[in-house]
Amino acid sequence: MKNDNTPISRKAFMEELRRYQKGSVTRRHFLGVTGLGTAAAVMGGAMPGLLPSRARAQDIGDRVVLATWPNYHDAANFDAFTDETGAYTQVNVFGSNEEMLAKIQAGGSGWDVFVPTNYAIPTYVEADLIEPLDLSKIPNFDPASFDPRFADAGTIDGVVYGVPKNWGTTGIAFNSDKTGGVVDSWKAFFDGARDAWDGRVMVHDYQLTTIGNALVYHGFSFNSVDPEELAQAEKLLIDVKPHLYAISSDYQPAMRNGDAWLTMCWTGDGKQMNTDMPEIGFALGKEGGEIWSDYYAIPKDAPHKEAAYALINYLLSPEVNAKEALAHGYPVADSRTNALLPEELLNDPIIYPAAEALSPLEFGAAVTLTDPNRAELMARFKSA
Amino acid sequence: MTQSRARALLLTPAGLWYAAMLLLPLAVVLIFSFGERSAIGGYAPGFTFEQYANLPARFAAFRNTLTLAPVGTLAALLIAYPLAYFLAVKVSPKWKTMLLVLVIVPFWTSILIRSYAWIFLLGGKGIPALLEVIGLDDVRLLNTPFAVLVGIVYGYLPLMVFPIYVALEKLDKRLLEAAADLGTPPWRAFLQITLPLSMPGVLTGSMLVFILLMGEFLIPAILGGGKVFFVGNALVDLFLQSRNWAFGSAVAVALVVVMLITVGIYTRLVKRFGASRDDVGLM
Repeated sequence: MKNDNTPISRKAFMEELRRYQKGSVTRRHFLGVTGLGTAAAVMGGAMPGLLPSRARAQDIGDRVVLATWPNYHDAANFDAFTDETGAYTQVNVFGSNEEMLAKIQAGGSGWDVFVPTNYAIPTYVEADLIEPLDLSKIPNFDPASFDPRFADAGTIDGVVYGVPKNWGTTGIAFNSDKTGGVVDSWKAFFDGARDAWDGRVMVHDYQLTTIGNALVYHGFSFNSVDPEELAQAEKLLIDVKPHLYAISSDYQPAMRNGDAWLTMCWTGDGKQMNTDMPEIGFALGKEGGEIWSDYYAIPKDAPHKEAAYALINYLLSPEVNAKEALAHGYPVADSRTNALLPEELLNDPIIYPAAEALSPLEFGAAVTLTDPNRAELMARFKSA
Repeated sequence: MTQSRARALLLTPAGLWYAAMLLLPLAVVLIFSFGERSAIGGYAPGFTFEQYANLPARFAAFRNTLTLAPVGTLAALLIAYPLAYFLAVKVSPKWKTMLLVLVIVPFWTSILIRSYAWIFLLGGKGIPALLEVIGLDDVRLLNTPFAVLVGIVYGYLPLMVFPIYVALEKLDKRLLEAAADLGTPPWRAFLQITLPLSMPGVLTGSMLVFILLMGEFLIPAILGGGKVFFVGNALVDLFLQSRNWAFGSAVAVALVVVMLITVGIYTRLVKRFGASRDDVGLM
C-alpha cells in the first residue's frame, strides 16, 4: 500500500506547479478555453526583446509557432533549434483535434506547425486549411524508413499533407495497488467503475475515446456512428456517470495522488506515470480500442512557413527525434530513430506493445470528428 | 454648442468601444444563431429556427446554472455580510486597511490558479485526509457540486464583500446611538437600521456575483471534474469540440435572454424594496 493519506509534499506541489508551467495540467479544458495559450503567444510576440534575433545565413525569421499536445516534446530541443536557426519556438498546447480544428477554422490562429491526428487530416484537406508539403524542404523525412501503418494517413490522393510524428494507443492506466492486478478490458473497466472502483474511475473529456470505448464494451466498432449502437453506448455512459471520479483528459494528477485508480490513458501518459510510480500500469483493452498516429503539418495561413519547414525538418532528424521519444515516451515509426533508442525502451511493453495486443485496435475514422450525433451524445453524457 | 460638442467628444471613445466590442459581436452571434452547422463543423449561412427549436437539448445545462448561480450567490452573501460588517463596523481603523488588503490580494492571482489550489485542498490528500484523522473515512469532496459551490463562493467573495462594506461604511452611526438611547435592543437596531441601509450594497454585490456565475465555466470544469455542466461549459464544447457554431450561438442568445429576464425581475424587486424602505421612513 502506498501511503496516500499524508498531505501533499512540497516536492509534489512543485511538480504540479511545474506541470502547470509546462501547460500539461491545463490540458484540454483550460489552456484552450481560457486563451492562456494564445495569451502566451501574444505576450511573446509583443516583447521581441525577449526573443533572440541573430543574423543568419539562411534567415527563417525570429519565431515559429507550434500547436501541439501536452507532454509531447523535449523542451531542450526547442532551445537547440533556437541556437541553430535563431528562430524561437512558441508552443501552444491543446487538448483535442476538435479544438485545434476550431481555432484553424476560425482563422488567424497564427500557427506555423500543428500536430493533427490521422483521422483529422481528411477534414483539414476537405476544408482547404492544410498546406500540401514541399518535401524538398524536409530532407530528414525519409518515407522508406517509416512504418507505412503510421505514415499513410498523412497522404491523401497522392498529396503529402503530414509527416509522421509519433503513434500510440488509448488504453487503460490502473493503480494495481488498488485494483489488485492488471485491468485489460473495457468490460472490466466500465463494470468495475460501477462496482468495486466506485468513484475512482476517469474517462476522457473527449467524444472519440469515451464513446469509442463504450462502443467497444458492447462489441461494436470504436468508430461506429450507427444510431442503434450509439444509443447503447450512451446508455452505458449515462449509467456509469454517477460513479465516475471525473470526466477529464487531465488524469495524471488524480492518478498520481491516488484519488483516481483507473483512467482511459494515452501511451505516453501511461509510460510517464509508470516510470515514476511502478504500481501504475498500462494495458490495452483486449476487445479493442484506439490506435493512432500524429503528424506534423502546416496550416494554409501559416505566417512563418520557412520556419515551419525548418522546425519540422529539425524535429524529424533521427538524433533529435530520439531525444523527443526519450522525453515523452511515445513510440516512433521511424526505423532510423528507433536504431538510436535504448534496447529497454524498444522492448517496453507500454511503448511498443506486442503485435497481437495491437491487432484488435482501430484507427479513428474521420467521420467521428464531424458526426453531430456523437457530439450531442457527449453533451448529454456530460450534462446528465 | 461648445458644451454639446464637448459632450459628444467625451462620449465618442465609449460609444466606439460599445459599437465595436459589444454590438458587433452580439450581431454576429445573432446572425450565426439562425444559420446552420456546416458538414465539417463551423458555420454555414442560412435562415432557420432549427437551432432555437433544438434548445431543449441543453435544458440540463440551463437547469444546473439556474440552480447553482442563485445558491452560490446566496452562500457568498451569507459569508460576505458578516465579514463586511466586521470590517466596516467592528474593526479598529488601525487594522482596517491591512484587513481590506488581505481581502483583495487573492484577487490579484488568476482564478485558474486559485481554483487549482482547491484541487489539492479538496482532493484525497487535503481536507479528506484531515477528516480521516478524526475518524471520518472516505469523504469525497472534489468533483462534486459542493466543490463547485466552494470554488464559486471563494472566487467571487471579494465582489460581494466590497459593495456591502462600502454601504456599511457610509452608515451614520448616530442612527444606532439614537436607537440605543430610545431603548432598542442591538438586534432590532440591526434589523431595522443597519440591514435596510446596507441593502444597496447587498443588491449590488448579489447582482455582480449572480451575473458572473451565469456565465461561469472554469470553476465547474476544474472543481466539478467535468461532471457539473453549466451553460458556459455547453458553450465551450459547442464552439471548440463539436464546432456547432450555429447552435452554440443560439444557446448564447438564450443565455442572454434568460439573464435579461432574471436581471429584469431582480431590478423590479429592488425598486419595490426601495419603495418599502421609504415607507419605513428612514430615507
